[in-house]
Amino acid sequence: MLHSLITPERGAPNHTVFSAREGAAYSPGMYRYDELDQAFVDARVAEFRDQTRRHLAGELSEEEFRPLRLRNGLYIQRHAPMLRIAIPYGLLAARQLRKLADITRRYDKGYGHFTTRQNLQLNWPKLEDVPQILAELATVQMHSIQTSGNCVRNVTADHMAGIAPDEIEDPRPYCELIRQWATLHPEFTYLPRKFKIAVTGAATDRAASEVHDIGLHLVRDARGELGFRVLVGGGLGRAPMIGQVVREFLPRAELFAYLEAILRIYNRQGRRDNIHKARIKVLVKALGIERFREQVEAEWQAGRGAAAQLPAAELERVRAFFRPQPYEIRADQDITAGASPRFKAWYRYNTRAHRVSGYRAVFVSLKAHDAAPGDMSAAQMEAVAALAERFSFGLLRVTHTQNLVLADVPQQHLHELWQELEALKLATPNIGTLTDMIACPGLDFCSLANAGTLDVARQIQQRFDDLDYLYDIGEIELKMSGCMNACGHHHVGHIGVLGVDKHGEEWYQITLGGSASGFTALGEVIGPSVPKHEVAATLERILEVYRAQRLEEERFIETVRRVGLKPFKEQAYAPHPAAA
Amino acid sequence: MRHILRQRELIADQWRYLGEQLAPGEAVVVPFAELARERERWWAWDGRLGVRLAPVDRVEDLAEELPRLDLVAVEFPSPGEGRGYSQGRLLRERYGFRGELRAVGAGVRQDLVFLLARCGFDAMELAGGEDAQAARRALTRYPVAYQPGAAQVALRRQRFHAP
Repeated sequence: MLHSLITPERGAPNHTVFSAREGAAYSPGMYRYDELDQAFVDARVAEFRDQTRRHLAGELSEEEFRPLRLRNGLYIQRHAPMLRIAIPYGLLAARQLRKLADITRRYDKGYGHFTTRQNLQLNWPKLEDVPQILAELATVQMHSIQTSGNCVRNVTADHMAGIAPDEIEDPRPYCELIRQWATLHPEFTYLPRKFKIAVTGAATDRAASEVHDIGLHLVRDARGELGFRVLVGGGLGRAPMIGQVVREFLPRAELFAYLEAILRIYNRQGRRDNIHKARIKVLVKALGIERFREQVEAEWQAGRGAAAQLPAAELERVRAFFRPQPYEIRADQDITAGASPRFKAWYRYNTRAHRVSGYRAVFVSLKAHDAAPGDMSAAQMEAVAALAERFSFGLLRVTHTQNLVLADVPQQHLHELWQELEALKLATPNIGTLTDMIACPGLDFCSLANAGTLDVARQIQQRFDDLDYLYDIGEIELKMSGCMNACGHHHVGHIGVLGVDKHGEEWYQITLGGSASGFTALGEVIGPSVPKHEVAATLERILEVYRAQRLEEERFIETVRRVGLKPFKEQAYAPHPAAA
Repeated sequence: MRHILRQRELIADQWRYLGEQLAPGEAVVVPFAELARERERWWAWDGRLGVRLAPVDRVEDLAEELPRLDLVAVEFPSPGEGRGYSQGRLLRERYGFRGELRAVGAGVRQDLVFLLARCGFDAMELAGGEDAQAARRALTRYPVAYQPGAAQVALRRQRFHAP
């Protein structure tokens, strides 16, 4: 097993390739644009520059400009435009992160916000600067294409891809192929609604694939052939649903043909009369999975003669970019022996096992107790880019939990890396705990939001500032959204917090029992919503029920599943029966 | 006089839409519902016949009429309405329609002509106010494409191909 990792059988890209554009070293371990990819993003930048010019000149009304700017990731928000930059399947090179830092300094307020879809949002760019920002991104093989709008969005993946001990196959080459296939797809760029695809290749689902429009699970069939289990119709937002299996095994060569069949059924039959009923999940539910499957299979057979093919040679070309790094195998060592308690805590909570002995994956916590979840300053970005080059082959990953990961850190460097991260305030040892919460930007920035999330996050961080208490509560997923659109994935939080507007006031509805990893479940509302100042106190009462009810070693979510919601409902509101 | 961007040239339209002044023997485009209602009459029309598809019309239901048709006009009533792209591809790829495939409606904008062309549309009736020369240039905006598509635009390279 290990040998095949270290000695890749496949052909691989040259390790010292330089990009023609700025002479920056290409980072092995990620996809590298060729002439076609570069020509495409350059043409896209030129097109958007022209569209922006026409809009500013009054030739394109806001209504006409809107679908065009959305497909380039540009929203008009509460205070300013918001630009959502694609980080395909969350993979980022150090030089790209440096460029992002540079962009946030020159065109924004010196920080960015990492999202649950592994993207980066800038909250304060000027509309007239956006074409230039996109041109800057194109110099480091990045873009913001299809990060919003009713089209196929950034494809997401397991942040442990390629290094997870439980992985069957690295999902990233398939994500990259889907990214290309979906980019300005002539038939599917004006769908009824947004369309999200997640790919996972491991036994544990770390990509929340069952709450995506399409979830693809890499699996092997009885003959050992690789293929996909295809799920369809998952999604959060209004009327959350869990995806259903439409095909148990799809040969890899059929990937595009099958995706086209699903998208065509959806494009033709998905509802366009009601934005709240336009996602594919509504169509799948209306038809029923059996009828939906029959239609997809028939469309697939009828359409495969004209659909894009995925030849084996192309698959291998892309796979070769993601070959394992040139690891130096060393025996796993106990590097926490004799170390400080704080380092031990960091090691335990913020690092993860790697499939190659001698290495660990390290979370860069963007959940410091005095910062907005997922926010990162330009200085932090630059420093972490340098750390990635020093310790982790120059690459980073963005997780859907709004943290970064340095995936390939030799264990003997962990202490040094920890010290550096501590100095940067990026080592809060809280990954997987209550304060590693997911939160959308909420009312402070987003024009869709009904309620604030960032000040509630602050309230929670302050109330649960005691690490020993956090560790006692243990592994728990807290997810918070400022509105029904559920960007903060509150439905699948062990504890979900949803901001609602009540007569102009911000209130918060609390759900329990959701999960998107392993056993996907949607949380249930435990009772009436609570006012803003009561959120953290309510959470504390819920956690007290857990502490009183748990069996030994039982995680919060397991206790909720075992005892049900009743004791939580009874206790959560006990001191405040008047809560409306 | 209506102008059509056809195969990268702006030409005067030779077709009349039903409801416009129509001389015997002139090429006419009728709504799909009208063709379904008065099938015999329109099949017997002494001139070229075209049909106009609304987003809700099913290409499958048009299959039997295609041998009689020299033109299919597909409606894009707004820029966000995307069903026509599927109708276009199906007509070309599955039903082998070789006549004029024309995009019509308020959604036919210069920013969309590249997509339309790749889906098999060889004619576009641009929405009112659209700059026809800009639309013509937009057909060649992208020198490359990832997906297979109709050869209406000259591409330097294409990544994926149909069998």
